[in-house]
Amino acid sequence: MNDVIRAAFVIARRDFAAIVFSRTFIFFLLGPLFPILIGFAFGGLGDKMKTDSLRPAVAVTLPTEQAARMDWARERIAQRIGREQVPQLHRAPPGADPTGLLARRDAGYVAVLSGSLDRPILTGKQRDVALLEPDISLMAGLATAGDNLPHVPVTRRIIADSASAQGQAQLMVARVAQVTIFFLTVLLAGMVLSNMVEEKTNKVIEILAAAVPIDAVFLGKLMAMLAMSFIGIAFWGSMMFGSVLMIAGGDLPLPRPAVGWPIFLALAAIYFAMVYLLLGSLFLGIGAQAATVREVQTLNMPVSMGQIAVFFFATYAVDRMDSPAEIAACIFPFSSPFAMIARAAQDATLWPHLLAIVWQGLWVALIIRMGVRLFRRHVLKSGAAERRPLFRRRSA
Amino acid sequence: MTGDTQAFSVPLAVEGRGLVKAFGGFRAVNGVDIAVPTGAIYGILGPNGAGKTTLLRTLLGIVDPDAGWRALLGDPDPLRQARLVGYLPEERGLYPAMKAYDAIAFMGALRGLPLKEGRERARAMLEAHGMGASIDKPVRQLSKGMAQTVQLFGTIVHQPRLIVLDEPFSGLDAINQEKLEALIREQARAGVTVLFSTHVIAHAERLCERIAIVAGGRIRFEGSVSDARDRLRAQVRLRTRVADGPWRAALPADAVLAEDAWQFALPDEGIEPLLRALLDSDAGIENLSIERPGLHDAFVAIAGEAAARAMDQQDEEAIA
Repeated sequence: MNDVIRAAFVIARRDFAAIVFSRTFIFFLLGPLFPILIGFAFGGLGDKMKTDSLRPAVAVTLPTEQAARMDWARERIAQRIGREQVPQLHRAPPGADPTGLLARRDAGYVAVLSGSLDRPILTGKQRDVALLEPDISLMAGLATAGDNLPHVPVTRRIIADSASAQGQAQLMVARVAQVTIFFLTVLLAGMVLSNMVEEKTNKVIEILAAAVPIDAVFLGKLMAMLAMSFIGIAFWGSMMFGSVLMIAGGDLPLPRPAVGWPIFLALAAIYFAMVYLLLGSLFLGIGAQAATVREVQTLNMPVSMGQIAVFFFATYAVDRMDSPAEIAACIFPFSSPFAMIARAAQDATLWPHLLAIVWQGLWVALIIRMGVRLFRRHVLKSGAAERRPLFRRRSA
Repeated sequence: MTGDTQAFSVPLAVEGRGLVKAFGGFRAVNGVDIAVPTGAIYGILGPNGAGKTTLLRTLLGIVDPDAGWRALLGDPDPLRQARLVGYLPEERGLYPAMKAYDAIAFMGALRGLPLKEGRERARAMLEAHGMGASIDKPVRQLSKGMAQTVQLFGTIVHQPRLIVLDEPFSGLDAINQEKLEALIREQARAGVTVLFSTHVIAHAERLCERIAIVAGGRIRFEGSVSDARDRLRAQVRLRTRVADGPWRAALPADAVLAEDAWQFALPDEGIEPLLRALLDSDAGIENLSIERPGLHDAFVAIAGEAAARAMDQQDEEAIA
């Protein structure tokens, strides 16, 4: 066993150095930041679109004085519940024909408010009218009542804690943690698929296979990829954390997970490592059967679909603590890390995590063993047989 | 024919009995017995596809046999002895981005040599071999011959007790072939067992104390080069000035006339009776030679004409 670990470290060190000290590693680190930057840029644009053009607009043909009171009422409501929540009002010539206004292609509104404040008439398509009627009714009510609308004060009673609110907050932490681990895994574990292709292309594989057990080769490669992933995560995490601090100005009201932040973060790192090793060992085993990069690329899609299926299973169970589905998600090795991090957010009991980590570790060892057996059986052959493709054409 | 492992008084570095390895329905190794004495230079001779590489991989533990038993340095689990073994595969492979000295140290580290020591030894080996300028160059910048030398140094950097070389001479020019032969002899002098496969008979003839001739996944002969050559009788070639005479009656039955010369295997009773008849008949001996058969002739006799032709063809291709 010591020899396997020693050899795995030798291989891991070679792989790690080859990846981290290459120029392409910079692109690996910066790559995920591009979509975020683009997201910010398009997010700003989206906000603008949301506040301007995408809100439904209503043309108002009320008499001028009543139309002004409608504008005043809209402003009051917008101040309270947000500008993007209330429809826009466009002034139209008083008494204009609603059907005629809506017949114009460049009108820029979906309905027309006519009649009077006492008896408002909303003209438009059924769906638009149904959507806008409550808002217009509220505005018309406020416009009619004006400053006579009674102000009802609400007494504030603050409590230190709310189990219900905390439960919701912890559920949110659980979901965020699951999604984060999932995205990191999708981003990083797929790279393992092509890991053995380099050795096969360079024909180094025979030197490795003659010198060390194939288990050590698999383990070493996983260790290197995991270490590289942690470097990436540390980099992206600090960038993200720095950005959030800049935006929030140091005031981050983060909800506390059930096990507390230090243990939760440690468990998140462990569960990421476990899901990475579980999927990585599977991908390595599958990818090792592939003879070419093209075959690896073909394998990428079904593998990603598998990841998504496992993730959906775990997310389905996240708000059903102790249900059969949640327990099954905790036991099924590939969904176990996702389900268990959700558990850490919502339940302070620690011993199930110890059990789950041992259980997941056993599966990692088992999958590596199976991958090694397949590799030895199908790949390490003599001469031309060694280059046999993964997919063979069936003879007619 | 197989080697008799009981016949060796020295311990065996490599041993295999009844080894079988099949891929699909094809038996690449088909019931092989082999015994390589410690400290010997041992050659496995045969054309491509004879099963040499699969046999070596089976002996080294890269693949497991379907049947039979093997031991490397006395251990039935060959990988347990990996630290004491150096292996140069037929298909050379190095990481292209690795520096020459690092590639050597990495191969040593795989077999238990500390990286730091491996790097020091690698630098010394490259310097001693006149490759000092290439020490820090990435493998991708080295010539093919240099890269092969780097891989060879990686095979021996951890000072193994057994060196296994699969077709080590292929792709090397004449100068590097000579250097490699010298290195093999040097290792053997230091007590290292060297087992190598080749399809070039001349290398085996010059280097090996013992050989195994492989064809069709089986060992057709195992023994010393001298034993292999002794399997054929010496060939006599005779040319006389007088074409006919009573001396003709003294020629053996298998004598054939080709290019004005009689050719036949040396008779059991020796050459003297014929010589006497030639002198008595005043035949006028122009040329009389008795030649011991070479390993090539022995190979033809043992492995067959087709296998020998295949070897010759590979030789020509390698030279081209």
